[in-house]
Amino acid sequence: MSTRREQIIYLLIRMVMYSIVLVIGYILFDIVRHGLPALNWEFISEYPRKSGSEGGILPAIVGTLSLLAGTIIVALPLGICSAIYLSEYAEQTRFTTIIRLAIITLAGVPSIVFGLFGLGLFVLFLNFGTSILAGSLTLACMVLPTIIVSSEEALRAVPLGYRDASLALGATKWETIRTNVLPYSLSGIITGSILGIGRAAGETAPILLTVAAFYLPKLPKSIFDQVMALPYHLYILATQHPEADKVLPLQYATALVLLLLVLGLSLGAIFIRIHFRKKYRW
Amino acid sequence: MWKDKAMRLLMVSAASTSIFLVALIFIFLVKEAAPFVLTPGLRALLDRQWIPVSFVQEHFGILPLVTGSALVTGLSMLFTIPLSVLGAIYIAEIANPVEREILKPFIELLASIPSVVLGFFGLVVLAPLIKALFGLGTGLTALTGAFLLTLMAIPTVITLSEDAIMSVPRAYKDASQALGASDLQTIFRVIIPAALPGIIAAIMLGVGRVIGETMAVLMVTGNSALMSWSPLAPVRTMTATIAAEMGEVSFGSIHYQALFWIGLVLLAVTFILNIIAQRVLVRYGMMK
Amino acid sequence: MVETYPFPADTNHVITASRVNFFYGATQALFDISMDIPGRRVTAFIGPSGCGKSTFLRIFNRMNDTITGTRIEGEVLINGEDIYESGSNVVRLRRKVGMVFQKSNPFPKSIFDNVAYGPRIHGTHDRQQLAEIVEQSLIRSALWNEVKDRLETNALGLSGGQQQRLCIARALAVGPDILLMDEPASALDPKSTIRIEDLIGELRNEYTIVIVTHNMQQAARISDYTAFFYEGRLVEFNATKKIFTKPREKQTEDYITGRFG
Repeated sequence: MSTRREQIIYLLIRMVMYSIVLVIGYILFDIVRHGLPALNWEFISEYPRKSGSEGGILPAIVGTLSLLAGTIIVALPLGICSAIYLSEYAEQTRFTTIIRLAIITLAGVPSIVFGLFGLGLFVLFLNFGTSILAGSLTLACMVLPTIIVSSEEALRAVPLGYRDASLALGATKWETIRTNVLPYSLSGIITGSILGIGRAAGETAPILLTVAAFYLPKLPKSIFDQVMALPYHLYILATQHPEADKVLPLQYATALVLLLLVLGLSLGAIFIRIHFRKKYRW
Repeated sequence: MWKDKAMRLLMVSAASTSIFLVALIFIFLVKEAAPFVLTPGLRALLDRQWIPVSFVQEHFGILPLVTGSALVTGLSMLFTIPLSVLGAIYIAEIANPVEREILKPFIELLASIPSVVLGFFGLVVLAPLIKALFGLGTGLTALTGAFLLTLMAIPTVITLSEDAIMSVPRAYKDASQALGASDLQTIFRVIIPAALPGIIAAIMLGVGRVIGETMAVLMVTGNSALMSWSPLAPVRTMTATIAAEMGEVSFGSIHYQALFWIGLVLLAVTFILNIIAQRVLVRYGMMK
Repeated sequence: MVETYPFPADTNHVITASRVNFFYGATQALFDISMDIPGRRVTAFIGPSGCGKSTFLRIFNRMNDTITGTRIEGEVLINGEDIYESGSNVVRLRRKVGMVFQKSNPFPKSIFDNVAYGPRIHGTHDRQQLAEIVEQSLIRSALWNEVKDRLETNALGLSGGQQQRLCIARALAVGPDILLMDEPASALDPKSTIRIEDLIGELRNEYTIVIVTHNMQQAARISDYTAFFYEGRLVEFNATKKIFTKPREKQTEDYITGRFG
């Protein structure tokens, strides 16, 4: 039972919401529309030529994927173990409070500051140089809080009764976690982690200072090599390229590839969630 | 049993890395920035000009960069706050369940668009639009940056505000409606006031995100390090300065140190915002 | 068989608790409880909610250890062994003392894997041997005939009563001497409740059973001995017949006649 005035206000709020949706939709549409024509197998599978004016973006794709792999290898085990501690072992102590505070703080650190940190610690102090290793470690630090928070949530969603039942049967704490907590929460952990890591794939600021090469038309041979990376490549093409206007189609195509990669990861994560939700239900 | 103890130790150590990381970030930023204190001294940071490379006289005043960040952030909050709060109200209180199931992932989608892609969009679509709209010489302005930052802040602020609205006890709503209040009156007089601490915390976290955002502003704000409060003039933010100049400095130089000082300022600001926001959430029982 | 209290001289006291005090943080939940629990009998703990009966039950397999900030004083002997002595092995204790919870909590695994869970973590991996244990346990818990054709299906597909009997089978599979049951039928419909009670009747000759219940008729039906708890204290312990016909304490009488609680 709402008055005419209220109906108008409802309409306004709805319009605000849908204009946000519209803007997001338009951005995606614009990038797909302009990116698709330039996107072909050659673009994905070939090396760039003439400082990126021609050819493909294979090294940038490989670079970003290797950074992702490095990030996952470092951040996933660390994040999951931290989450297991917080959800299964942690007591209400000062130590736990400090850990939680640290995670919150990490989550708020700007990505460019992670870049500075990576430069100071990994590139210079540990002497990894600008390399996949330094870049992956930097990105891993950045996504760690996301992985911890989502993993802890997934672990806590497992009913307490399973833990009690397992312990009462004489399982040790670790046996209980391994056989009756982790398996049921794994889908949630993976989903949350992929969402976090997907974001790392699109990050530019941290890799700017720790790994990314301006123009390097070859594939990396070791983790101590520099690589090109999709987001940085897009940035360079869009702002530093002498003929930025001419390579606009390539910029769009690069943006599209990056978008597909990041959104693909997110969608994959969501599918995993749906698939496993059917498997475990309580 | 030894295995049980070993696993526990492993988990404790893993969890402790977060603490070490925070400490390391602070230590390494300070370590790289520190020599600046001796020459040219901290006063140099208070200079009104940022001219890090010059044949005549270098200036390392971060004030123009701070005002640049403040201007862009303030402008974007002007858009972000009403849009996000109304959006959150819509999702939490007005949308039907099906709509909600579609809108929420869509907002998450926005959060996962890489900032460099948004920056690129801003550069090739938004900037020309603003240039034409206001008849400017360049579309690379504080306003352009603020628009993009709004897009980046909206997912954070909407999601957290929605959580805050959802955490308002159902009983408040029932009580209000039982007294004859309409849905809309209930929303604005009961639910929003009750959720306000959470919404404020959400906005603070949004501000933290916006201040720290680099690529989008680097690409569309024109990067002029002149102190200006005009939304239609180019500005340079703290983050963009680090990103743009770090590639060209020689490691260990005064300029390099000054860039780390900017990093420290950013770290301090976001840390304080974060802590206050968490305090608010804990204090009003909105933390899970 | 007529149960008497004090116990006959030849009674085998499987559980002996002396002067047990228990604390949740600063709050004392149990006060100075001493009790002997006879072997191969059913002993029921009754009392209003919050009286400490479940807490006392969980002391026997040290499940309270999993709650942080708890503390126990006094001595608890099981088969003559002090279970709270430093160096005492919790895992071994819990193999001997099985537990069935109020809310049935089968793991979201197959029926087979649920029952085989305990034996597996205790080192039995031979498929043949596991199959035997699973079958025996399910037969004892009177579930075998209902599930023998679908052992590989998810246990969460069973009805509530079946789930609870599965949890009993799972506890039996480890080979315990003692079964602790924490209101095992409180979430079940009357028909399933009767099946659980029948099952307890069948198990009483082989196991020492301690059951917490808020249902006095249930205690009267199935138990040999009954302990009445009130506000963290053991008010009265006696043969069930005595408790329900001629309680010594006024509080007990008030409770069983429904004057409070």
